[in-house]
This record gives sequence, C-alpha cells and structure tokens, in this order.
Amino acid sequence: MPELLIECRKVTKYFPIKGFLKDVGRVHAVEQVDLIISKYQTYGLVGESGCGKTTLARTIMRLIPTTEGEIYFEGRNIVTLSKDDLRRFRRVTSIVFQDPYTSLDPRMIIADVVGEPLSIHGISYGEERENMVLRLLEMVGLKAEHMYRYPHEFSGGQRQRIAIARALAGNPKFVLLDEATSALDVSVQAKILNLLNHLKRELALTYLFISHNLSVIRHISDVIGVMYMGQIVEQGSREQVFDSPLHPYTQGILSASPKLDPDERFHSEKTVLTGEVPSAINPPEGCRFHPRCYKAIQLCSQKQPELRDMGDGHIVSCHCS
Amino acid sequence: MERENTLLVVESLQTQFFTYGGVVKALDGISFEILNGEIFGLVGESGCGKSVTAASIIGLVQKPGKIISGKVLLEGEDLLQKSDREMNRIRGSRISIISQDPTSALNPLFKIGYQVSEPMIYHQGMKKKQAWKGAAKMLHQMGIPDSSGKARNYPHELSGGMRQRALIAMALSCSPSLLIADEPTTNLDVTIERQILNLVRELQQNFGTSVLWITHDMAVIAEMCDRVAVMYAGNIVELADVRSIFKNPKHPYTVRLLKAIPLSEVSGKELDEIPGAVPRLINPPSGCRFHPRCQEAMTVCKEDKPEGVDLASGHMVACHLYS
Repeated sequence: MPELLIECRKVTKYFPIKGFLKDVGRVHAVEQVDLIISKYQTYGLVGESGCGKTTLARTIMRLIPTTEGEIYFEGRNIVTLSKDDLRRFRRVTSIVFQDPYTSLDPRMIIADVVGEPLSIHGISYGEERENMVLRLLEMVGLKAEHMYRYPHEFSGGQRQRIAIARALAGNPKFVLLDEATSALDVSVQAKILNLLNHLKRELALTYLFISHNLSVIRHISDVIGVMYMGQIVEQGSREQVFDSPLHPYTQGILSASPKLDPDERFHSEKTVLTGEVPSAINPPEGCRFHPRCYKAIQLCSQKQPELRDMGDGHIVSCHCS
Repeated sequence: MERENTLLVVESLQTQFFTYGGVVKALDGISFEILNGEIFGLVGESGCGKSVTAASIIGLVQKPGKIISGKVLLEGEDLLQKSDREMNRIRGSRISIISQDPTSALNPLFKIGYQVSEPMIYHQGMKKKQAWKGAAKMLHQMGIPDSSGKARNYPHELSGGMRQRALIAMALSCSPSLLIADEPTTNLDVTIERQILNLVRELQQNFGTSVLWITHDMAVIAEMCDRVAVMYAGNIVELADVRSIFKNPKHPYTVRLLKAIPLSEVSGKELDEIPGAVPRLINPPSGCRFHPRCQEAMTVCKEDKPEGVDLASGHMVACHLYS
C-alpha cells in the first residue's frame, strides 16, 4: 500500500451568485469529492472546461476555502491550518500554471522570479540565493546567462521551464500542474513532459496534473480521475480508464477525441455525446450525466449513483456498470 | 500543374512583414493547390505561417505585412490582382473563413440572426426579412436547436460550441466554393469538438465546398483531411495524401513531429524531442530552414534551399535527402 500524501473527504465548493441584498443561487462547482493521492504518484485529473478541475485543485492548495469537507496533507487537516502552519504548507506545495505568458511578472528578472520563494521561505539570501537559483535553472535545462534576463526574452517553452524552476524552489513534495502544457506546441510539449517526468523521479515529487488533453493525461499519469460537473465519475489506473472505461461519459470523451490514425475515422464506432454540459447552477437531478447518457435508465434521473469499486481500485459512479 | 478540378492554386507565395526589428519572412514561397470538394489540411506549429497563408489568400494581410510575390488563383482568376472592391465581393461569397475564437469574430452588439443574414443581404441582395429566414434555416442546418429563437439571441447568450456553429452558418450562408477554417476547434472541449468536426464533414459533403483546414493538431488532421501540407518556418516541407503523411512520412520534421505526440504505446516513457527551437523568421537559417535541428543534416542543407521533389504520385518532399 503506497503512502498517502493527500486525502480529500467529501470536499464541496459552492460559489454564491449575488443578487440584490441576498444570494440568488449557487454554482455547484465541486460536490462531495473523495480523492486520494499517494506519494510519488502522478494523479491526472481530466474533464471538460467548467467541470470543476481547477476549483478542486485550488481548494486542495487552500487558495480558496472549501464549503464543506476535509482535506488532509500528510495526515494534517489543511482546512484549519493556522497562518504559520499554512506558510510551511505553502513551502512544500507549489503550482505551475497554464499560461507562462501571464504567470511570470514582466518586470522581474529571472533570478528574482525564481529566487523570490527562496527569500519568502527564508531558505537563502544574497549570493547563496543566486547559487541556488542557478542550480534550479540548470535543473530545468536553462543556463547561467538566462538569470539576468526578463520574461519577454524567452519563448513559451523556456518560460514554462522558468515557472517550473520557481515551483521547485522551496523543495516541494507536491506540485500542482494546472494545464501546464496546454499552451505549448507539440514539440515543446514533448520536452516539458519529459522534463516533468525526469524531475519527478529525481526529486521524488508527487504531481496533480490537470488537463483536458486526453493523450497528455494518458502519457503522464499513474492514476486518472475523470470529472464531470463537479464530481469524479471514474477513477483508476491508466490501463483501467483508457483501455476499459466503464462510465459512459469516459467512453464518450475517449471515442470523441480525434485519433492519430487516418484509417480509424472510417471503421471506428463512435459514441457521440450529444448536447452540452448543463448549467452547474441547477445541476440535473440524480446522476448529473443522465440527460446526455445513452445508457440512462429511469433510476438515473432519480438517484445519484455512489462511487463503487469494480475491482483493483477501478472506481466508477454509474448505475449501469 | 493545372488539373481540371482544381479550385485554388497558390504559387510561390511570399509574404513578409516589415517590422522595426527587421523583415519577417513569414512565407518563403509556398505552393499548393486545393481540388474541388476536398478538405486540405495545413499543419504546423505556431509561427510557421499557417494563418498568414490564410490571410494572404483572402487578401487580409495587415500592415506592416505585404505579399511580395506569387499567385493565388481561384478558379483561374488571380486574387492578388484584384482591387479591394472586387475582393469585398469575393470574401464571404466565394471564399469565407471561420476563425479560432468565435467570441471575438462575432459582433456583440448585433443579434445572431442579423449577423448570419448579413452576407446574404450584401452579396445576394436579399431583403432583410427573407435573409433572416434564410439565416434561421442555416442555423437549423448547423444543428442548433430552436434555431429561430436562437437567431434573436445575442452572441453572449450562446455557448462556445453554439457560437462556432453560428460562425459556420455565417460562412456558408452564400455557399462559398472555398471555406478556410483557421483552428476552428482549438478552443472547444473534446465532445463539442467532435460535434463540430462531424458537422463540417457532413456540410462539406452536402454543399460540395472545398475546405482549407488549418490546425496544429495532427489528430484532427488525421480525422478530417484528404490531403495535407506540413509547414515549417514559412515553407511547406511535405505535401501528400493523409495516409502517406501518417503511415509513410518522409521529411525529417514530419517524422519527428509525429513522434513527439504522446501516444498510448509510449505512455510514461520518454518522448522523442526535436532539439532546439523554431527559428526566428527575421533571420532564418540559410538553406533548408530546418537544418540546425535536423539530425540528418548534410553540408548541402546549409547552403541550398531544397526544392520540392515528387516521390510518388502527389507525395512532395522538400528535403535534400530525396533529391
């Protein structure tokens, strides 16, 4: 049994919709999510835009408060951390964002971008800090000459390397990669994915990798969770989720994604998902996927399915499988 | 190489941008042709000149950009010789374009129905009411539920997928012979992307429109296109039918690009990398623009720009390995 790093218990996040003097509704962004991330693992969270991937990740990082539920990091509940403890928590966790063009301060030279967390956490100052920054930059494949340049002088891939170096500054145990390769070209993406895998082995990191790109998720993840409308509908190993998906939604997105083989288009059966994701303000009753589901039975519109283990940790929430 | 069913011929098209930093040689003499009723794919990484190609074809290259030389023949007429006025009659009626971001392509101040009917009023001289009906019919054909109701909506009231459908309706409202689709599904989710891909395929068969499909996504190319041109740094490096590109790629760039895509077979393993980065086009490498990153580069690659060589019927490669 691998060691636990993060455990979410019934995490729920609602965003209020403000009306005149009172709230007129709420967005059900994340609802009753149980999630376990083991040490040294890459957990891939996949889903369409607006399904709550980023909100869930942000509650895990305690960037936004949860509405309900508990989140444990190495056995400590981070929802109730004090200010000092929170700072320590911030040191061992870090984030790489999607867009390397907006996540770096255009007025800071790279030595300061990467060095800032070192000062904030009181790890090193002055010359020692410079040396550490240099080591971090070399780790992500940049050179000493890059230290005194500004972000605009770098290409997208290089900027993402800088963002990764900054994320590694506090020597974290856990890194959240929120669509970290989505803004990059394929050839650059390949380099960043290789770098991430390499760093993970070298530094014994744990990743939570968020993406809407199925082939990237498949490539990098050990465990994959599929989210739909604020809930995890299926979770399992790479083989379980990609080779024998059980939830109709997972089957739908897998068959919908374009294949690299031009011969596939003619003789592959496509479970085309019709319609669009319903509004998260008034989510459908019962199973949230039932209005788009080809398997839906009457029970689906009445009762919300529980997550069930189908063997070997392959978890699915569906009445029909 | 004029063939009977050729719709569009692009011949040694050169487009450059005169910036303060220097001349950006965005298109370095590209040639290709699009046949009637086919989906022609243009694939490459950002900055390789895909969108400049589209802009050059429809005459929308903005200053400081300029088309230096070349020909763009639509059914035999050279579009580069046309006046602005003549181009206005062609854009929207014979060639139309759908762009990556439907939100910024639609005017937020006008109703969807009006925006879709505008080309019909302008190009076909329809009366407003009649055009509005036509617009509602077009929207219906795009698979928009409650299309006459949606026609009265403003763009912000529609979802991203619906906006893209409205944009396609607008583009097809005058039954153009060429539709340029510039990354039309890049901003959409997989399930919506699938719906749009299926829609375009279906419409293309029904309307008999030729499509120039521009994307960076190889998988979309594999699903949609009949023939493909691979672009690198302002050049077409390989052009072939879609099966040959994927099953039998010849140019080192195409080969490496395909290997860089994470596939199930290499899950968790090291991905193939292309060393170096895309060159800046102000000062592109001499000879073959790919040579600094190419593992099979020879001395001749530094000196001469490779000409396109026909390997088999319709399989063109611009690489010294094959000449």
